Amino acid sequence: MQAITSNGTPFRYSPQALAEVQSLTKKYPEGCGKSALLRALHIAQEENGGWLSVAAMDHVAEVLGLKPIEVYEVATFYSMYNLQPVGKYVLEFCHTGPCAIEGAERLIEYAQCKLGIRTGETTPDGMFTIKEVECLGACGYAPMMQVGEFYHEHLTEEKLDQFIEDCRAGRVNKGTWKMH
Amino acid sequence: MGRKLLLEHAHIPDIHTYEVYRRHGGYRSVEKALKTMTPDEVVEEVKKSGLRGRGGAGFPTGMKWSFLAKPEGVPRYLLCNADESEPGTFKDRYLMQHLPHLLIEGMIVSSYALGANTSYIYIRGEYTWLVFHLERAIAEAYAAGWLGKNILGTGYSLDLYVSPGAGAYICGEETALIESLEGKRGNPRIKPPFPAVKGLWQCPTVVNNVETIAAVVPIVNDGGEEYAKIGIGRSTGTKLISACGNINKPGVYEIELGLPVEEFLYSDEWCGGIKRGKRLKACVPGGSSVPILPQYLITKTANGEQRLMTYESLADGGFVSGSMLGSGGFIVYDEDQCIVRNTWNFTRFYRHESCGQCSPCREGTGWMEKVLWRLENGQGKMSDIDLLVDIAKKIEGNTICPLGDAAAWPVASAIRHFRDEFEWHVREPKLCLERNYGLAEEKTPAAPVQTA
Ligand SMILES: Cc1cc2nc3c(=O)[nH]c(=O)nc-3n(C[C@H](O)[C@H](O)[C@H](O)COP(=O)(O)O)c2cc1C
Ligand code: SF4
Ligand code: FES
Repeated sequence: MQAITSNGTPFRYSPQALAEVQSLTKKYPEGCGKSALLRALHIAQEENGGWLSVAAMDHVAEVLGLKPIEVYEVATFYSMYNLQPVGKYVLEFCHTGPCAIEGAERLIEYAQCKLGIRTGETTPDGMFTIKEVECLGACGYAPMMQVGEFYHEHLTEEKLDQFIEDCRAGRVNKGTWKMH
Repeated sequence: MGRKLLLEHAHIPDIHTYEVYRRHGGYRSVEKALKTMTPDEVVEEVKKSGLRGRGGAGFPTGMKWSFLAKPEGVPRYLLCNADESEPGTFKDRYLMQHLPHLLIEGMIVSSYALGANTSYIYIRGEYTWLVFHLERAIAEAYAAGWLGKNILGTGYSLDLYVSPGAGAYICGEETALIESLEGKRGNPRIKPPFPAVKGLWQCPTVVNNVETIAAVVPIVNDGGEEYAKIGIGRSTGTKLISACGNINKPGVYEIELGLPVEEFLYSDEWCGGIKRGKRLKACVPGGSSVPILPQYLITKTANGEQRLMTYESLADGGFVSGSMLGSGGFIVYDEDQCIVRNTWNFTRFYRHESCGQCSPCREGTGWMEKVLWRLENGQGKMSDIDLLVDIAKKIEGNTICPLGDAAAWPVASAIRHFRDEFEWHVREPKLCLERNYGLAEEKTPAAPVQTA
């Protein structure tokens, strides 16, 4: 489990995100608005540069009328929430069995060498973070990685090279957790 | 060619849109159920169909529905389990991607049968794009009058929402799913009370897999008896199988239950045989949690009978020489794969995904991972092998939820069938770092054992 982190930067939802988060609670009965928390955190993470700071979590707590601890305990449980700052593009490689037997481990090593970072680290220019994750439900299209909303399947070293180049050139769409 | 009940129209362009789906007979089951059947009659058809839960446990769906408590004035909920995180399983994703309206149609009919007026699809957060894909389809269904107040003027009302998770395999376990949907950590609850009595927000709740709910549509359209004509014995209907690993044609297939495993594995219509002309070494037929089978027990049972894709046949031989159909995650290993490494990999998965509430699961998965890691890296001892068996035994049956068992079975079965490979890792600590234990080195298969 990661520790929660504060970097002193304040956080508030954008007006659009705030309206969306408030409307999320209407999907659940009166008094059950806490159910919107997971999605509210996804949106906060996106607006906070890809990770959840203490300030971001406190703001979510305030908006949903929860105690901060109720938010921390959830944020620390789920693997999609980053509790440390991350790069602009988080490359989430699946390393579970079916991907592993189709070459995921070698591909992850390749990415590590290419970017000069280990899993969990961010490149000095703040562009890339490598994350290893468990099965993402793409086992038949292995090896694969997720970046933002999108899956990149049947991944090869060449495809990864191209992807990294596209990121550097600003040609990659990460998708969004906000209504679109 | 087998019959297709779920994926029949999956290849049609734009079938994910309401217009095209409706033109191909979509939402007929809602008209039929709401206008001509009582909720109990729908439950009765599902019972007759013999449909069993497609999420992994295979519990008869009709029976599960009839356990739902119905106290006056208390809302009831139907939750669709779209958490799909079992390694090797990616069928629900395929169904939701191509046929979102089939799932919505199934949700309406099933909610009607259960008397639920609000239902949720809980989907793993990583399927982010599917959250919006489903929400667009739901909006179309509202606009066309299949959801909302007083559907088709029948007086029945239903609201349907999508609720995403955020990365946790354990949230596929039904009580953890409920906790997560309530906006909490995904810690499984101690049962009883069962969700059928006290589930979401302490109200009676049914949790069903995506595929189970989709299968209710053909059952209502054609009748339960028609559905039950497909399959063998208590394995009725069709099943989605997600095939992966070292095969020529990985992908999602709809099979009639009863298809011989050999045909599924080698026919060009399905997996198309082992990739790169290699030989088959092992197979995990139902997702990472079910026992692994060595090559000589995959297409035939220990008694030499043909092995079939059914709940019963795959389990033939019990844990001595059988496995399980599970979630339908069919993982195939060729001769170059290392069983010890794969077992370590799966154990790391369970260690990572354990919610940590029970010590046997939390500590046991951690210990098994450490011991497997040292075996895989040539630092193991002979006694480590029995140590693993012992830890697995101590986890199994001693935990709040079945994740403990799911972590123990792969280890126990790998050692049962591939003990020589584990021993080789101890005997050849240098060699095992350079290469894998080949098929040719494997001991001749043990004499067929009696079925348990
Ligand atoms: C650790 C664990 C993970 C599970 N994951 C899933 C899952 O991802 N999807 C699913 O449908 N069922 C999953 N199940 C099974 C569910 O608990 C439950 O049995 C199922 O959703 C019931 O639906 P069904 O009767 O339609 O199969 C899981 C069970 C356990 C113990
Ligand atoms: S068995 Fe494991 S995952 Fe299940 S409740 Fe216990 S600790 Fe949590
Ligand atoms: S194992 Fe990588 S997506 Fe399933």
